[in-house]
Amino acid sequence: MKSALSRLWDSDIGYSFRTSPVAMAAAVVALICIFCSVFAGFVAPHNPFDLTTLELSDARLPPAWSAGGSTKYLLGTDDQGRDILSALMYGARVSLAVGFASVLLSVVFGVGLGLLAGFYGGWIDSALMRLCDVMLSFPAILVALLIAGVGRALFPNAQDSLALGVLIISITLTGWVQYARTVRGSTLVERNKEYVQAARVTGVTPMRIMRRHVLPNVMGPVLVLATIQVATAIITEATLSFLGVGAPPTSPSLGTLIRIGNDYLFSGEWWITVFPGLMLVTISLSVNLLGDWLRDALNPRLR
Amino acid sequence: MTAKKVTSVGVLVQAHDLAMTFDVSPPWLNRVIEGKPRLLLNAVDGVSFEIEKGKTLALVGESGCGKSTVARLLVGLYEPTRGDFTFDGQDAHAAFKTPQGRQLRRRIQMIFQDPYASLNPRWIVEDIVGEPLKEHGLITDEAELKVRVGELLKSVGLSPLDGPKYPHQFSGGQRQRISIARALATEPEFLVCDEPTSALDVSVQAQVLNIMKDLQRERGLTYLFISHNLAVVRHVSDQVGVMYLGRLVELADKQTLFASPKHPYTRMLLDAIPKMHDTGQARTPVQGEVPNPLNPPTGCTFHPRCPHVNDRCRAERPELLTIAGVKIACHAVQENRI
Amino acid sequence: MSLLQVKNLIVEFPGRRGTLRALDDISFDIAPGEILGVVGESGAGKSLTGAAIIGLLEPPGRIVGGQILLEGERIDNLAYEQMRHIRGRKIGAIFQDPLTSLNPLYTVGQQLIETILTHLPVSAKEARRRAISLLEDTGISAAEQRIEHYPHQFSGGMRQRVVIALALAAEPRLIVADEPTTALDVSIQAQIIMLLKSICKKRGAAVMLITHDMGVIAETCDRVAVMYAGRIAEIGPVHEVINHPAHPYTEGLMAAIPDITIDRERLNQIDGAMPRLNAIPPGCAFNPRCPKVFDRCTQDRPDLMPAGATRAACWLHDAHAGVAG
Repeated sequence: MKSALSRLWDSDIGYSFRTSPVAMAAAVVALICIFCSVFAGFVAPHNPFDLTTLELSDARLPPAWSAGGSTKYLLGTDDQGRDILSALMYGARVSLAVGFASVLLSVVFGVGLGLLAGFYGGWIDSALMRLCDVMLSFPAILVALLIAGVGRALFPNAQDSLALGVLIISITLTGWVQYARTVRGSTLVERNKEYVQAARVTGVTPMRIMRRHVLPNVMGPVLVLATIQVATAIITEATLSFLGVGAPPTSPSLGTLIRIGNDYLFSGEWWITVFPGLMLVTISLSVNLLGDWLRDALNPRLR
Repeated sequence: MTAKKVTSVGVLVQAHDLAMTFDVSPPWLNRVIEGKPRLLLNAVDGVSFEIEKGKTLALVGESGCGKSTVARLLVGLYEPTRGDFTFDGQDAHAAFKTPQGRQLRRRIQMIFQDPYASLNPRWIVEDIVGEPLKEHGLITDEAELKVRVGELLKSVGLSPLDGPKYPHQFSGGQRQRISIARALATEPEFLVCDEPTSALDVSVQAQVLNIMKDLQRERGLTYLFISHNLAVVRHVSDQVGVMYLGRLVELADKQTLFASPKHPYTRMLLDAIPKMHDTGQARTPVQGEVPNPLNPPTGCTFHPRCPHVNDRCRAERPELLTIAGVKIACHAVQENRI
Repeated sequence: MSLLQVKNLIVEFPGRRGTLRALDDISFDIAPGEILGVVGESGAGKSLTGAAIIGLLEPPGRIVGGQILLEGERIDNLAYEQMRHIRGRKIGAIFQDPLTSLNPLYTVGQQLIETILTHLPVSAKEARRRAISLLEDTGISAAEQRIEHYPHQFSGGMRQRVVIALALAAEPRLIVADEPTTALDVSIQAQIIMLLKSICKKRGAAVMLITHDMGVIAETCDRVAVMYAGRIAEIGPVHEVINHPAHPYTEGLMAAIPDITIDRERLNQIDGAMPRLNAIPPGCAFNPRCPKVFDRCTQDRPDLMPAGATRAACWLHDAHAGVAG
């Protein structure tokens, strides 16, 4: 493991990373956010969703550096006395979880279909491409809204975990298309290369060729797309939550927090919505910058 | 059907009227809307030959002649639209479709032209060379596999220590040797070589050709060698077939073909090759270029460029006939005009 | 006076892992109207030499030493604008791939006329007349009509003829041709090399023909330079180098080429491979693979020295050492 890491550090990609201050800063920021959200239970000063620890008298306190704030609640509290800083970490956890889960599912689904379409060609390919075209003609948010709304209508008394599940599925269904198309294109190229033909001559089954020969060689662009799409997924989820069809208030994501805080924006309690908003921007920005760097770093080698 | 055909002693591979047509039409939607016709490419149009065990047949020709397609037909990458090919008495394409086809694939292997694209860049050499063994379940023990791969690498002049390396750490010539090692893993009897040295430098080419000849002698291998380089062909082959636009125009043993080529195209090809040592012979420059295979000339496809063309050449396609021990498809030769 | 003089040219590529010396002290001349072949295997530096002369070295590659003189004047230290005038007017170029050498969006005539007008003080009408005459000279029939055609309407061989016409359009004194026939079929190759030879002799242009194909060199060139690992191993009249090679590398190379006129059981092989640029051995670069190596070869690098009718960079021919050569 250590030797693999040191080889990575010394490689061309490692060099590119080391010499890009933007990439390193973005990586550090992203890692901090992920760390805080994963270990929110240990890092956060309070647990804002444990109703027993809440004190209503502490509601709507401004951040610690403003008049009336206290160091107990560094970024202030919301209308229910929940510490904003802790809520940020728990909220980020939900946002990141939904973001990563939906991207993972999109990748599995999209790459799988793209491989099949590129490898077999013919009507499978045509059918898939038409499906992609259809999916792309719908705006992503509308599709997500539709599925989330239908989900709620079908299961009106749904548990919160179901709500999150529906959310993940709706984002997945709008995101898989890019991977399918990219992988299909790369598969078409790789399929005609001689190492694939050599495997066919040897008698390797098509499934094994796709999985062991073609897949490792088409994953490069997928990696870049996935990184950037995590940011998009998080924002999509935030949008849906803001519109009320996303994460429920009992396990709110950053979007939900923004929505809750929105009501108080014009009564002067800006911190309830602004800090979750800043956190959202920070996470998306750092992930996006990492994705940009990755794309440029992988490019000369792909050439 | 795997009925054994009666074959002459020693003939391992027999191709009979092989043909391959590719459909290169525009997509259905375009055809309907724009009224474009179907486009069919006759890459191979009726090719027949025999290869004896332990010998090498070379197929030469310029771009568009179909020699690479013939190679791919013989290893089962394509299915012929017409004709068949018999391997050791069995109908090979019928066999490929059955479960017994896997047995056949062990006996026929292929070496490709591009040393950079014929090895998976993400696999180590050991896995690449060992894959055929694993795939056919010939060796299941990891340690034994490693030993066998080491032996294969040694037989092509590389070292067993090269096993854990990646292809990009090797030069073009070394990669081609890894390809050969992979092809030999299942101990095949028949190797189809598609321009194996065209992408290599001259001195490296010499190394690879020497290895291939040594291996043939040691293991009794039969080769089908595809090339556009007649000098290389002279060095490696026993029999030579000249192809033009999907058809065989001349098929003869090496000595005869190079000493007294009969078909006008063969003569032109031999004449066109830049000679290193001045023979002092005057040269007849070749006319024209290879026509578009999508729209081949009528009759004998060579007639627009042939100095001996007559009306029959323009109208009637010449059959591959045996004249004076040489198979040749030319009206002029048949009519004793040249 | 020589048309082109290359003196002690050194080209380097600075990189992350150190600086690579791709051309190491190259010197040769081309006389007016002469056809010089530059032959070598991949990595020997022949294309780089051509690129350095035309002034099209890809950065970060750069000339760090030596001089290139065209008609007595230095061209290696010119600014981009000045070099642009030389390129085309005094030096023409032909590259390997005819498909990408021509702009697909302009007709052949437009590209020819543009080149002529850029470099020669003639009227548009005269330029058109010259363009048609160029196309005819390169063997393109019905030139008056074909001048209005786009590159994709020509076949591969025809396109290469157009590229030759384009290279000759501004009446250059020197043409640098980098593998002009490698991408063509054998029968077309013969036509093109005959054309190149005749048209250049007719218009008095010297040619630097870069290729790996010794047969093409034998048919076309007057003199040939054999390159190895960024250095010139041997240089001399073509038939001398081919039939009486003085450098062991040239000898090995000739013996490794399959000859269509003779039958051989084994081709001579030179064991090993050309060293990578970052691993060139001290002394003579060929010494690890040389069948005639001796002590001095591993220590001192030989310069080109007279060896019979040619010049070879090999200590075997050192007149002062008294070693049999």
